[in-house]
Amino acid sequence: MAPLLSVRDLVIHYRSPRGPVQAVRGVSFDIEPGEVTAVIGESGSGKTTLALGLIRLIPRSATVARGSIVFERKDGSADVLQMEPDELRAFRWRDAAMVFQSALNSFNPVIDIWSQFLDTGRAHGMSDPRAVRARAGELLELVHLEPERVLRAYPHELSGGMKQRVLIALSLLLGPRLLILDEPTTALDILTQRAIIDLLRDLRMKLGFAMVFISHDLSLAAELADRVLTMYAGRVVEEARVDDLFYRPRHPYSVGLLKAVPRVTGELGALESIAGSPPDLVRPPSGCAYHPRCPFAIDRCRVEDPALFPVDTPDHAAACIRWQTVAETVGTRRPAEAL
Amino acid sequence: MAVRDITVPGPPLVELDRVTRTFVTPGGTITAVDDVSLALTAGEAMCLVGESGCGKTTTGRLLAGLLRPTRGRVLYGGEDVWTKRGAEMAAFRRAVQLVHQDPYASLNPVRTVYDTLSAPLFRHGKAHGRRDARAKALELLTRVGLTPAEDFLAKYPHQLSGGQRQRVSIARALTVDPRLIVADEAVSMVDVSIRITLLDLLLKLRDESGVTIVLITHDLAVARYFARRGRIGVMYLGRIVELARTEALVSDPAHPYADALIGAIPEADPTVTRTKTRLPLRGSEVPSLLHIPPGCSFHPRCPLFEAGLCDVRVPELLPIPGERQVACHVAVRERANAAVRT
Amino acid sequence: MNVLRSLAGSVRLVARRPVGLLGLVGVTAFVLLAFLGPLVVPLHNAVSIPDVYKTPSLDHPLGTDFQGRDVLNQIVYGGRDILSVAFLAAFFSTAIAVTFGALGATVGGKVDAFILSLADIVLTVPHLIVLIVVAAVFRPNSFLVLAVLLASLQWAGLLRQVRAQVLSLKEREYVEAARSLDLGLFHIIFREMLPNMASYIAIHFIFAMTSAVYAQVGLTVLGIVPLSGANWGVMLYLAQTQGALYFSDSFWYILSPILAIVLFQLSLVALASGLEDVFNPRLRAV
Repeated sequence: MAPLLSVRDLVIHYRSPRGPVQAVRGVSFDIEPGEVTAVIGESGSGKTTLALGLIRLIPRSATVARGSIVFERKDGSADVLQMEPDELRAFRWRDAAMVFQSALNSFNPVIDIWSQFLDTGRAHGMSDPRAVRARAGELLELVHLEPERVLRAYPHELSGGMKQRVLIALSLLLGPRLLILDEPTTALDILTQRAIIDLLRDLRMKLGFAMVFISHDLSLAAELADRVLTMYAGRVVEEARVDDLFYRPRHPYSVGLLKAVPRVTGELGALESIAGSPPDLVRPPSGCAYHPRCPFAIDRCRVEDPALFPVDTPDHAAACIRWQTVAETVGTRRPAEAL
Repeated sequence: MAVRDITVPGPPLVELDRVTRTFVTPGGTITAVDDVSLALTAGEAMCLVGESGCGKTTTGRLLAGLLRPTRGRVLYGGEDVWTKRGAEMAAFRRAVQLVHQDPYASLNPVRTVYDTLSAPLFRHGKAHGRRDARAKALELLTRVGLTPAEDFLAKYPHQLSGGQRQRVSIARALTVDPRLIVADEAVSMVDVSIRITLLDLLLKLRDESGVTIVLITHDLAVARYFARRGRIGVMYLGRIVELARTEALVSDPAHPYADALIGAIPEADPTVTRTKTRLPLRGSEVPSLLHIPPGCSFHPRCPLFEAGLCDVRVPELLPIPGERQVACHVAVRERANAAVRT
Repeated sequence: MNVLRSLAGSVRLVARRPVGLLGLVGVTAFVLLAFLGPLVVPLHNAVSIPDVYKTPSLDHPLGTDFQGRDVLNQIVYGGRDILSVAFLAAFFSTAIAVTFGALGATVGGKVDAFILSLADIVLTVPHLIVLIVVAAVFRPNSFLVLAVLLASLQWAGLLRQVRAQVLSLKEREYVEAARSLDLGLFHIIFREMLPNMASYIAIHFIFAMTSAVYAQVGLTVLGIVPLSGANWGVMLYLAQTQGALYFSDSFWYILSPILAIVLFQLSLVALASGLEDVFNPRLRAV
């Protein structure tokens, strides 16, 4: 089966007074239908730019310098980067929808929820309000909200968790096959977070869409993802199935992230932060961009910038020439063992 | 790093004695903190945990003397601080320093790191002359791990990363040799990858100078790490519902709310997080502070709810076996029974 | 040394933008003209009947007035009072506004309410009429008295702005930290808050100068302020009362003070818009 979305050598730059900021530097990956992919990394790793780039929603100050993003439709494939404005607009809700982090506050405050659904439906060819109403009702019930009550409400009458559910329902209005979520639970309380996580998992089972979500929160990836991409300095440095990434990480940056996150249950383990700070993306370091912070770095890392290549298993790739040393140090853990 | 155990009993440094704080809002009067008592031992590192609106920030500001209690007393060295005025009150405020959440808002954008650090040094006679202030500022920057310190003196806040700003905020608090630091969500806005070093820094300062630290956070994992040898207080709608030693709390929470929180929190381990046992709640909506339910405020959501008891009587924070306190009728009864049986 | 360096830095930042550079050059030129000019150029105020209403020539670059006196000479001598009064009026009004605005916002309560109601009264009374009445009663014959009089009507707007700013800055975490550190009210107002309002205040200061220029010229032209020596307002007043409007040759006599006033005002406004960069710490630190 062909992948649902196929990204190849994507390069995105931002203009800045000091020169182009290389936010995404040659990223390639595939998303299979129905698969959940998490993109993890620190702020400034390029993960949000990548997510926006997938539906060509990057800000004006950014340009896609290179690459292709091929989306597989039932009636053939199309490159998102080559789409005409009309085609792109249709693509954005029908094929791939996005739930923004900031959207929690960016509902139009003077428009009730029903009108938000209606406007979105109309803009994408659902001309019959009854059809919109029926679909909205279905979706709101799926996200455990009472359609009658919620559709009549204005955004300020809803709690943060309810708004997030409404947004998810709204994003699914046109039945997209890909849902992109930017930090979907960051601003929410723990119990609300839990509810949203369970909801997303449940919706995916029922509706079968694929998800890409961007998060700095590793635990969200552990919860939801089938596959994880670790991003650093605009590159994907590791790509693995979720268990491989959490129990058998092979890129030192993934290892560093995992060691930096405390846990509530189980052993606390030895924790430490990653030394240093993310690189300047106007002038990324030579060789592997992670080498100035990397405990495994050797002289070769200063000059050589490895591409992703398979490690351990065919569907686990890391961009590190020292991955075998990393493997020896970190070992091959079984689940629920501390690092 | 050696973290000192805090069970060493001692007289409390700062104490909240049945403190209530209300605010008048357009919708009516809300009680942000309701009848909270909390005694902080000198040198302990504890955490207050809760979701938004639980009153943890207000509690922090009450501890820091920045808010006056509506009812109850704030004691420092056993004396009610709000009966004091002028120099004595100022001395108390100096003794308790707040480190804020937002490293972008907590430093004055038009003042350099040197300006920020030297002002309190001069004001309180800890530095005499520019050269001395400079030396002291360098020493503080080194203490908070900003090295080489010379590079930071002339910097404005916007030239620093979030973590570096947070370190400057901590250095600023240290200028007045505080006895208590209230760190309100001090690591929530910095990158995950560097949270641990900031927490370690606070613990190191505690070890060096014996300063008491209260970390306020919504993140139980952060709380567990920071207060691993100390206590965690869990707050819900303005009250402390459980106060216990950290390991006891995370491994065996007594209050159903604490239990639900710990079960719900996602963890950075796929197997653990997908197989965790969870306490299902009866309701998901957090009540508004304007309409706090009668009796135990958690009762509409609580799986242990007993009609006629929980919706009528407000549970007191009572001791249960194992050096812990819990505000739950059912948990107190069950744990006492269990203790009798064994 | 430090002051000099920061001044040089400010000048560099103002001059970064063409409009700021223009303003800076214009204002500097007027200040030099008004304060250094009289030291360099000798005063010619002898009446010379044969020279009445001469058009511009090499001898008289801006022509002559109704008594045959050189217009350029009057422009040079007539700037000092205008500029001094404008500067002093702006200074007094800013000082009043900042001090009491900050005080009201920090202290709050009755003090704040009193200050605020005073400001509201000043804001609502018609300024020109009050000026005319007060000027008629007191006959302000020194520029200091005139400056105080103008300032007394100008402070209210800025006071409200300063008060609002302080109210919002008071809630900032760094101000709270300063309170916690017991840095004192003086430090909090003048070291923590004021620098964050500096661009506001500087810009208000400049606009206060422009309105002070208009007010005093207006009062002079109306003949309410006693005529003392030469200033651009007096020139206009005399041009009007001596019927210069009816002579085509007196064109430059009327135009010169108007041009001086307008150019000075434009320079001030340009400087004000160039000032924004100066107070942005992101541009300060290199």
